[in-house]
Amino acid sequence: MKPFRRTLAGRLLADPQAAIAMLIIAALVLAAVFADLVAPYDYSAMNLADRFARPSADYWLGTDNLGRDTFSRLLQGGRIALYVALTAVSVSALIGLALGMIAGYGPRWLDNVLLFSFDTLRAYPTIILALALAALLPRGLSTVIIVVVITSFSEYGRVVRTQTLSLKHAEFILAERAMGAGFGRIVFHHLLPNVLGPFFILAAMNLPVVITIEAGMSFLGIGVPPGTPSWGATLKDGFDHIRTTPWIIIAGGLPLILVTLGFTFLGEALRDQLDPKLRRGR
Amino acid sequence: MLHYTLQRAALAVAIVFVAISALYMVMITLPGDPTSVLLGPRATPEIRAEFRAQMGLDDPVLMQLAQFWGRVLSGDLGTDYYRDRPVADAVMGALPHTVALVVGAIVWSATLGILLGAFSADNRNTWLDRVSGVLSVGFIAAPSFVVALYALLFFAVTLGWFPTIGAGEPGDLGSRLYHLALPSFAIGLAWVGYVARIVRASMLEALGENYIRTARAFGLPRRKVIYSYALRVAILPAVQVLGVGIGGMLSSAVFAEIVFSRPGIGSLIYDSVSGRNYPLVMGAMLVAIGFFVTCALVADLINAALDPRHRKLS
Repeated sequence: MKPFRRTLAGRLLADPQAAIAMLIIAALVLAAVFADLVAPYDYSAMNLADRFARPSADYWLGTDNLGRDTFSRLLQGGRIALYVALTAVSVSALIGLALGMIAGYGPRWLDNVLLFSFDTLRAYPTIILALALAALLPRGLSTVIIVVVITSFSEYGRVVRTQTLSLKHAEFILAERAMGAGFGRIVFHHLLPNVLGPFFILAAMNLPVVITIEAGMSFLGIGVPPGTPSWGATLKDGFDHIRTTPWIIIAGGLPLILVTLGFTFLGEALRDQLDPKLRRGR
Repeated sequence: MLHYTLQRAALAVAIVFVAISALYMVMITLPGDPTSVLLGPRATPEIRAEFRAQMGLDDPVLMQLAQFWGRVLSGDLGTDYYRDRPVADAVMGALPHTVALVVGAIVWSATLGILLGAFSADNRNTWLDRVSGVLSVGFIAAPSFVVALYALLFFAVTLGWFPTIGAGEPGDLGSRLYHLALPSFAIGLAWVGYVARIVRASMLEALGENYIRTARAFGLPRRKVIYSYALRVAILPAVQVLGVGIGGMLSSAVFAEIVFSRPGIGSLIYDSVSGRNYPLVMGAMLVAIGFFVTCALVADLINAALDPRHRKLS
């Protein structure tokens, strides 16, 4: 067995950037899982006597216009962010993986059709498309997930296609075919494992993007239903009362920045570890 | 080059056509009846039917689509039924504000990003390089609407250095630019990070080339070689990144326009969504997507013109 230092997790922990990243992500996951235990107040409890309270020992991050505790709401927001990010990224990544492999391994005309649809989907500016679709779909997390899937699966598709295409005529695949390997064996046993590296890096890099989209849509009022403590919705509450509750904006933006930073660092560290060829480019 | 240009342009037109057509079909086939919103809940079924017929909502989907493109190609984007004005006027009135915002963001990100990247490459592998590297990632990681909110809170509300709302006095360039500074900075900050990283990487590559060594060997000053010779080559990839990035900037512009209460395509769509103002949404989408695809095309062509290796068709 390899010593721990030589495993992927060990090498990541040795990289200070990756270690910080994992610390942030661990904090997010813990906050999301134990939100109900850690939170000093019920996130939706209104305490009208303590409206617009400044940060204090009672309310660490102050309260909003309805007297709701900002800290408790942000903890709960982590749960929403994580849920949306994991669901939306898995769905769009799997669709992209399947379509990308079909495009790369399938016939030429199908490749062209898929490539053209990837290009077309990329032409939609995410938030503007979200606004347009918000006119049609009901408000809620499923709409956020649909918007993310529509605008992002093509990215996975492109990466997987390029990877598949470059492997399609590799000698080990030809050899495998010459020895009589079937379609299923080549695709699932030889192509798939080689495609997964860049695919997972992209997925890790996309988690914070999705969190930002969810927060952005909720900020615009087309994400979570009213009253749900998504980070974006909390920021909107702060924005509506920017002169009386500036602490909500400051505190509400920090988890978004930290989480994005964490996942970006992790994605880059993963890329460096899994794909040493790219290390030069930094 | 001509062949490449035509091929790319044709692809861009096809993309805009399919993207808008798909959206239009979704808009008219999904449930959600625009007549009930426009006419109010108390409209009788007869009035509604008449209105539907008038708007052509009863025709087959493909025919509606054909009619839509027929109107668009003749410059008619439909009517904004709420305010009774042509959609084209509303969209064209809003577009310059958004374009100014995006151009401002590009100016911020190009100047700051290129400076930061060149500075990093010049001081490579020192602590200065590492600090600017972390800064770049930090810029990229900060979501644009959080940056916009922070900028509004600190520089406009608390310090009062910049105005909090609006796009400035019409006709007064100084006032316009003054109102533009913060929102475009909020959009551009992330791209400062991207540009800095790309410029640094491609500059390090360029510094290893033979002609740079030759220039140094001829006794040209180090600064001149780095900031003039190497930088010229290193800017190319940044152009490509910014061209593709305009889609992201358009999304960020929505937030900047709402946070700073500016007119523009983003706030136009934002305002029309809640009322299911379909013609206005479609018109604004058409312009936004057309603008984005055109910019990506131009960036691609600039790159192809400057570097023939880019002329490969993927």
